[in-house]
Amino acid sequence: MTAVAEKTNPTEALISGRDGAAKGWSKAARADALARLRAMGVPERRDEYWKYTRPDTLTQAGAPEAAVFESDEAPIFDGVDSLKLVFVDGVFDTEASDDLALEGLTIERLETAQSDLHWARDVYGVLEANGQTPVARPLATLNTALATDGILIHVTDKVSKPVNLIYHHKSNTSDAILHHCIKLDAGTELTVLENGPAAARLNMVTEVEVADTASFNHVRAQGRDHERRAATHMFARLGTESNFKSFTLTVNGVLTRNEAVIELTGDDAKAHIAGACVGDGAFHHDDTVFITHDAVNCESRQVFKKVLRNGAVGVFQGKILVKADAQKTDGYQISQSLLLDDDSQFLAKPELEIYADDVICSHGSTSGAIDEDALFYLRARGISHGEATDLLTLSFLAEAVEEIEADALKDVILERLTGWLARRRG
Amino acid sequence: MDTVIVNENDGVKDGVDQDTVDAVREVGGAYKHGWSTDIEMEYAPKGLTTDIVRLISEKNEEPQWMLDWRLEAYERWLTKTEPDWAMVDYPEIDFQDQYYYARPKSMIEKPKSLDDVDPKLLETYKKLGIPLKEQAILAGVEGAENMGDEPRKVAVDAVFDSVSVGTTFKDELAKAGVIFCSISEAIKDHPELVKKYLGSVVPVSDNFYATLNSAVFSDGSFVYVPPGVRCPMELSTYFRINAENTGQFERTLIIADKGSYVSYLEGCTAPQRDESQLHAAVVEIIIEEDAEVKYSTVQNWYPGDEDGKGGIYNFVTKRADCRGDRAKVMWTQVETGSAVTWKYPSCVLRGDDSQGEFYSIAIANNMQQADTGTKMIHLGKRTKSRIVSKGISAGKAQNTYRGLVSMHPKAKESRNYTQCDSLLIGDQCGAHTVPYIEVKNNSSRVEHEATTSKVDDDQMFYCRSRGMDEEEAVALVVNGFCKDVLQALPMEFAMEAQALVAISLEGSVG
Repeated sequence: MTAVAEKTNPTEALISGRDGAAKGWSKAARADALARLRAMGVPERRDEYWKYTRPDTLTQAGAPEAAVFESDEAPIFDGVDSLKLVFVDGVFDTEASDDLALEGLTIERLETAQSDLHWARDVYGVLEANGQTPVARPLATLNTALATDGILIHVTDKVSKPVNLIYHHKSNTSDAILHHCIKLDAGTELTVLENGPAAARLNMVTEVEVADTASFNHVRAQGRDHERRAATHMFARLGTESNFKSFTLTVNGVLTRNEAVIELTGDDAKAHIAGACVGDGAFHHDDTVFITHDAVNCESRQVFKKVLRNGAVGVFQGKILVKADAQKTDGYQISQSLLLDDDSQFLAKPELEIYADDVICSHGSTSGAIDEDALFYLRARGISHGEATDLLTLSFLAEAVEEIEADALKDVILERLTGWLARRRG
Repeated sequence: MDTVIVNENDGVKDGVDQDTVDAVREVGGAYKHGWSTDIEMEYAPKGLTTDIVRLISEKNEEPQWMLDWRLEAYERWLTKTEPDWAMVDYPEIDFQDQYYYARPKSMIEKPKSLDDVDPKLLETYKKLGIPLKEQAILAGVEGAENMGDEPRKVAVDAVFDSVSVGTTFKDELAKAGVIFCSISEAIKDHPELVKKYLGSVVPVSDNFYATLNSAVFSDGSFVYVPPGVRCPMELSTYFRINAENTGQFERTLIIADKGSYVSYLEGCTAPQRDESQLHAAVVEIIIEEDAEVKYSTVQNWYPGDEDGKGGIYNFVTKRADCRGDRAKVMWTQVETGSAVTWKYPSCVLRGDDSQGEFYSIAIANNMQQADTGTKMIHLGKRTKSRIVSKGISAGKAQNTYRGLVSMHPKAKESRNYTQCDSLLIGDQCGAHTVPYIEVKNNSSRVEHEATTSKVDDDQMFYCRSRGMDEEEAVALVVNGFCKDVLQALPMEFAMEAQALVAISLEGSVG
């Protein structure tokens, strides 16, 4: 390829000058991903899957600047007893992190795990590649090819506390590519907490293999930096009678695209994925979820709530695909937006694609303003307009927060949402 | 015996019920309209070139402006590509291997009145249950005479392959000021209306099939209802594809001027042939201030055989433009035929307080594929729309609802309610829902609900325990599932639709 062509081809421009951390077993997976990326190209505005979100700032060669947000607020999960692992602008910070040791699991950094027989060989880039059909997700492929850091967690036994990944953002131009792999052996349980903005621009992929009867819980808060951008992918494969729960809280952020690609491959598995986001002003938040039912008697639930004001934009693209042999599927999907003023937008594409007949699948999507009747009811009982609006907003978001398994974590999230509302009220 | 649900309140239960039941029994599950008429035809050569476009225009004795319009469309069509986003899969269509114009030889000299029309043609329509003799009601709906104070009348425009065979009740309609004729006549007799409105709702280059239609449409219906007139009878067009390897490209233009009302029915059938045939129609509706249009379709093109051989490819663009304030449009469709359906009747709600409604039953059995739905574009203030879609899949069919609800920033205090339900019969078929929802102001409310399920076991058990066989029970349950939509149809169509629902599903259980 000539130098000129390289400059005009956005895929090559993005790849150029990056080499990731190709070592040992991951070399082949990365080379394969690079070839796949070149074949599919980075997402473009005319791509149907990017109809409602412009990908250009996520795919341009360098990260657009993002000012670091100063706050005296303690990190959200500080009060939770956990194993803390710290990343600064996408680089693991050994000093600030706890020792990589916890009973019941092994943790390694991606770059130090080099043994050719490493378990992560069967996860890294494998779930991601599997999640490329029927819809291409080039940013995830880019991540597999060029990830610079990440952690590998293998859960083999009972774990005493959650693992908390903390992502600090310190440089205005940091461009982080993180790739995590998590494998839960049969019958094990793990809770992963994530918080912080991570970088000016973050591209993160998490691959989770949940074996039979194992349970994976995930709670994430994406940081309050106004100018940050993020494209995240969660790929999960669920075995028989396994459980998967993921919840994401997003406040602020000029652009966020969170994709979840979940495949239920074992009978009687359950997957719940939820999100609450509150946006004010320059805020574009996109939840794109693809759940594939490929086994009998599985349950999936998607609950997404968005509160938007001052021109904020909320996007939801959700799909339930039920394959022909996935009888007795129970699939549910709800996406709702509360538009607090006339400038905000909600764009949704809730899809069902069903090939099995003995299923119950439903979805709902609504958009509107605060219910005037409910507001009147509260006002008539002496509650101020601002307080009443907050109360109704919080109750609107609560349905998504309810999807979190642990009550203590629910409270932490609700507290943050209350804080956001209070700040907006002034 | 009760194979069909009849609404308790419509007062015709006994007579009609038996009729539809008999109709179902008579056809025994086969496609009822699969025969063809042996009639001498005149064809234009196969393929599509500017010469063919000129020829069609010439045959219709069109003025120069119409020919120019067609030629421009043809040029645009050459630059367009076929859409591939729908969830339908069919072999590539060779657009040069089609006849774009076919008319019965007897129609070369246009008959002066229906009495002069070739008896063979009249026989064809009679066999289809669409008598072109002016009579009070459609045949086959006995008992309907007692419905109201006055006998119901339906004016029919019958289109056979590329030409309009005749239009009934023209004189009576003219007395009311209503123009109802074939579009080729309208181009000659009312050029000012056609010029003003043709292509104003579906522009020439709207999409691949609409552009093709703009270049080669041969006939279709034209309706103009003047201000303040309530059309004295229902208008109906019956489309019949008869000739082999022939595409039908009809164009319908309906204009409801201020404060008027019209109800329009459309039916279609085609003979059973091994080769697939193309049907690419365009329907444009203009609704001015305070006017209302009801457009109902029972689409029963030949669906192909059990192995997917033959059948009509139905690629249709239908759009209504509510231009004036308080304009109202209602689309009702029963889609039972066609091998492949690609159809999205849409409403542009431009006038303040205008309303759009879309009621749809789409049944896909055997190897049929349907990708259908609607677009509701809310532009005016306080506009309202409602979508009720019932999709039924059986055999190895794929049935997709695809729709868009868009609330523009200026469409304050607008409202949409969407409900799309899918029913799966058997484990070889698929049901899909692809809605797009775009809300750009906060005073509007949008609600969307969708469900997918199979025929309820309890309901089946209930019916079976009362002595129905499985097929009857399924037909009953499915008719119940479709009730919301069937009730929105004009009475004559509702009866036909109920029978069709049962017929379309025959052979899908057991």
